[in-house]
Amino acid sequence: MATSFARPKGLPLYESQKLALAYFAVAIVLFGAQLIFGLLAAYQYINPSFALDQLPFMTNRTLHVNAMIVWLLVGLMGGVYWFLPLETGREVVGIKLAKFIWWVIVAGVGVVVLVYLFVQTGHGNAFTLWFINEGREYVEAPRWADLAIVAWVAIFLYNVIATTLAARRITGLLGVLIFDLVALGALYTAGMHYTVNVTMDQYLWWWVVHLWVEATWEVLVGVVMGWSLMYLLGSPRKLIETWLFLEVALVFGTGILGLGHHYFWIGTPEYWIGLGGFFSALEPLPLVAMVVHAVYDAGAHRLHTVNRPALFWAIAQAFGNFIGAGVWGFMQTLPQINMYSHGTQLAAAHGHLAFFGAYVGTVLTLVYIAVQNARRPIQIPLDSKYWSWAYALMILAIFGIAGSFTISGFAQTMIERAELGSTWFAFIQSYTHPWYTNTHAWRFGFGLLFLAAYLILVYDLLTIGRKGGQRA
Amino acid sequence: MDYSWIQIAVAAIFFSAVITLVLSRGYGWLSPTFWRNAAVVSSLIMTFILLWLTFDTANQIRAGAGRVPAWTVINYEIKLVWDAKKRRQVPAVGQKTGFFGKVWDEEEAYKLINKGKMTLQSRNCMECHTILGNGAYYAPDLTRAWLDPWWEERIMPITGAKSREEAMKIWLSDPRKLPQGSRRMPNLHFSDEELTALIAFLKWMSAIDTNGFPPRFGIAQ
Repeated sequence: MATSFARPKGLPLYESQKLALAYFAVAIVLFGAQLIFGLLAAYQYINPSFALDQLPFMTNRTLHVNAMIVWLLVGLMGGVYWFLPLETGREVVGIKLAKFIWWVIVAGVGVVVLVYLFVQTGHGNAFTLWFINEGREYVEAPRWADLAIVAWVAIFLYNVIATTLAARRITGLLGVLIFDLVALGALYTAGMHYTVNVTMDQYLWWWVVHLWVEATWEVLVGVVMGWSLMYLLGSPRKLIETWLFLEVALVFGTGILGLGHHYFWIGTPEYWIGLGGFFSALEPLPLVAMVVHAVYDAGAHRLHTVNRPALFWAIAQAFGNFIGAGVWGFMQTLPQINMYSHGTQLAAAHGHLAFFGAYVGTVLTLVYIAVQNARRPIQIPLDSKYWSWAYALMILAIFGIAGSFTISGFAQTMIERAELGSTWFAFIQSYTHPWYTNTHAWRFGFGLLFLAAYLILVYDLLTIGRKGGQRA
Repeated sequence: MDYSWIQIAVAAIFFSAVITLVLSRGYGWLSPTFWRNAAVVSSLIMTFILLWLTFDTANQIRAGAGRVPAWTVINYEIKLVWDAKKRRQVPAVGQKTGFFGKVWDEEEAYKLINKGKMTLQSRNCMECHTILGNGAYYAPDLTRAWLDPWWEERIMPITGAKSREEAMKIWLSDPRKLPQGSRRMPNLHFSDEELTALIAFLKWMSAIDTNGFPPRFGIAQ
């Protein structure tokens, strides 16, 4: 079994790895789209009349959020296509099918984006839900696109299982990956139903939203980060797999019933208040474990690695996941505070920091590993003048954005909910309060900084490792 | 539900730990086998409990089963009353008032609310507003929108509407004409039928027992 996780000198990439490069390229482009629409939405906080009739906040926000979900998922799947042939020591089975569905998905994403941009809304009937917009935050994709996504995940799952079977050997990492992907695919179908009962609607909607990002995605991250650490630091497989099992035990052990923290206020029974509060309060545990692991592993190797940007993004991922998902999540997960903070800017603060920490760091780790191996001669260690600027500025920018949201969130929680009683009037009073309005310019400014960091990142990804360095 | 959340939580953790320990006899707690067993056992136990609770929840949240109102609730006055024991507001159904000057039977009410829900999704309301607290945080939460005093205090006088539903219909037909606060809602080109349905949906939703969310609604003003 291949354990070095770099292809020996001079050997061409596997077809699966070439496909991974296409995945990463599209992911980085969509990352840019996420930033543009985020900035437009941020500007509409400052100037609410801006493009009201052409590109309203809802459209920018939909594209901002959907671009993010798609690029992160594409990045994580790209990571699997990158490492799967190295893990199994063979080409991925069904690679032609994988390439075919990939271009179908790229074309499909293009169509969905055009419809979001230029059609935006439809009449209140089933046609709209099938062909324009399902109108359910995060999973707005019209039903036809849902079906395409299910087909895509099914083929992906087939690639992983068939390749594992063909290799006639299963590792702990592959076992967890298959277990996780089955759950990930099945859960998506839970979010595809239309039901008039809004309580039931949101109950099942969270099976996708929560059980993806707070459970199955976290485990998928565990798998690809496990491979990444074996590549970057040469960590022993036994150690990686033991940690991964511990992660799965903690993530699924706390996250599945932690789902209950979304069931406090949607009309579901009161026992969810206790269950959701208790288990979601434990959800940071695996994130603490990841930080311990990252610090231990990086420290034990004194930061010596074959790929500096990838290692630093991996470390940022461990801390970012803990701070963004763990600390900012814990801050508002107990029902005693969530009753007041739920649905305020505080949730947006958590969302920004958690997605950045948990997933952006992961995907950028994977992209830098792929970039290193896609270039000839392979530069070891991979390093450049620019990646550290992109890294530092992006982290500074996301903390600036999340900090701004947090401050307006505190103001909104206090003024709208606690003082004035949650009405339309109370809402207006909160968002026109200086404690809230002051943050509009801050988040837009930090958003521009984030965009600048993104441009440096793109330049670095296009140029790093191109010139010289040691031959592998 | 015959069990409290504490009993469920303790049982979940107890069984996860005991079954893992039994399956891992002979392996130290640092071995991969121990943690592999822990991963599989805890995932399965938590999934099983989630599915079990889902059946119970689905039963309790059927329209008309108690927590979620019957479709015909739109024919009645809806209020929030203070529950002194729970220390939170609970929705209460008052006198029969009709809706848009008519009493809707079970099937008519269902069809109307269904149309309202489709209208809500077709206009992507959640990507500005929040619904039951979930959405985009840019515009007011709609959970209790029907009960918002702003309709009677502010929108009825400026539109000259005679009833709350009429005021909502006039305002929503082009929100740009009578902007409130500094944020703007676009004209979403609702048809008259869609507006009636959407307002019915909002009225029905305002009678869901949300365990007191959003807190102290309308009390402080």
